[in-house]
Amino acid sequence: MIWDQVWLVIWTLLKIVAIVLPLIIVVAYLTYAERRVIGFMQGRMGPNRVGLFGFKLWGLAQPFADTVKLLLKEIIFPANANKFLFLMAPVITLATAFAAWAVVPFSDGLVLADINAGLVYILAMTSLGVYGVIIAGWASNSKYAILGALRSAAQIVSYEIAMGFALVGVLIASGSLNLSEIVNSQAGGIGHWFFIPLLPLFVIYFISGVAETNRAPFDVAEGESEIVAGFHVEYSGAAFALFFLGEYANMIMISSLTAIMFMGGWYSPFTGNSWIAQPSILWFFMKTGFFLLLYLWFRATFPRFRYDQIMRLGWKIFIPITIAWIMVIAVLKVYQIGPWFS
Amino acid sequence: MKIFNYLKSLTLKELLKGMTVTGKYFFKRKFTIRYPEEKTPKSDRFRGLHALRRYENGEERCIACKLCEAVCPALAITIDSEQREDGSRRTTKYEIDLFKCIYCGFCEESCPVDSIVLTDIHEFHFESEGKNVLNKAQLLEIGDMREKEIAECRTNDAEYR
Repeated sequence: MIWDQVWLVIWTLLKIVAIVLPLIIVVAYLTYAERRVIGFMQGRMGPNRVGLFGFKLWGLAQPFADTVKLLLKEIIFPANANKFLFLMAPVITLATAFAAWAVVPFSDGLVLADINAGLVYILAMTSLGVYGVIIAGWASNSKYAILGALRSAAQIVSYEIAMGFALVGVLIASGSLNLSEIVNSQAGGIGHWFFIPLLPLFVIYFISGVAETNRAPFDVAEGESEIVAGFHVEYSGAAFALFFLGEYANMIMISSLTAIMFMGGWYSPFTGNSWIAQPSILWFFMKTGFFLLLYLWFRATFPRFRYDQIMRLGWKIFIPITIAWIMVIAVLKVYQIGPWFS
Repeated sequence: MKIFNYLKSLTLKELLKGMTVTGKYFFKRKFTIRYPEEKTPKSDRFRGLHALRRYENGEERCIACKLCEAVCPALAITIDSEQREDGSRRTTKYEIDLFKCIYCGFCEESCPVDSIVLTDIHEFHFESEGKNVLNKAQLLEIGDMREKEIAECRTNDAEYR
């Protein structure tokens, strides 16, 4: 009896490690990919020198060099800063970013917690991340940090609504809050994926996701050229590394969620019985990777939005469009209209 | 029409255009020089580290006329001279402070016997204080080491001078 319980705990912990460890490595290589891709798009090489044992390996050891550097650096506490909150902020950011992964289905049945309210859980976890940002800004006792935190908080809260509405569309179309069931309702080739009937919601969801993770072109919260680095300006060393990790884990999260909600998760775009039409975890990774590439592509392409433009885009454009499209989807669903809802 | 502009912006056309541009650049040739392995070609007139040259018979060229010392705008050159046993005037001290030097090349232009020259060496460093002042022996050594390249650069460039 008791040993069953203990075994369950150990088994769950092992599963958590099996998710978090690869995630951290992917985050490390995402930073490398970001610098390489943006470099290539700007006609540069990007980091191509740091290698192992005298081999250059196209700079593949760069993220490890960066990590070691960050971990060895001193954490500087600003004068009169609240030390406890100052250290808690990056932990909150990271913890919420990782916690959301609990309900992400990587493949059929391959999910840590197959809970029925997965969608709600995801929304809750991604929204909690904003506390890390606000606390970091406030506890830093710095005007740049507080400005960055305020901008970031307002932006995240605004885009959360558009994002939530976009997910309501998915919810109506699939009829479930369980992420695995959402993917399963998209089975059967690219024509059944939700991004076709929900195209406006799909675009808005991903753009809101970019805004929600404070990435370019919505990165006014960090705005290097105006408020130096925003909410994490006072952080250095390992504490900064945690923010970094959290931000990139959130990027991967949004990308994989877009793949799950709109692009059919682990399902192949092809139909038939050949090997290429089989559902596989590789399809999920490929779709996630595509959206991650889009993140980097956006950053290489677009100039930063002005702050009022960001707010206008969120409140005056995205929210009305999502509401209108939810109505359309609801009507299609209730009266069983169209090729997708009949 | 305002409404058409609005609808046009909803298609994200301009954004996609921008992404096409960066997407194309992703595959374009990169012009970065991977520095220690690859180097850009250098002009024959490149003004790098200094050297004192010798004649082919091994006699040093410098006759201690001190024109270079006089023309140096940064006062980087210090020269002392005295008569040698054979009656010729030679330098006993010829020092160049590389921290003062601005690599203008006036010393080379002013030299009547083509003794002081600026070589094409641009990769050099000093590891302790005081090493920035090159003395006569060091300058002659650099000259002996690079005589072939120095002479070649001067020959190539002669017709344009």
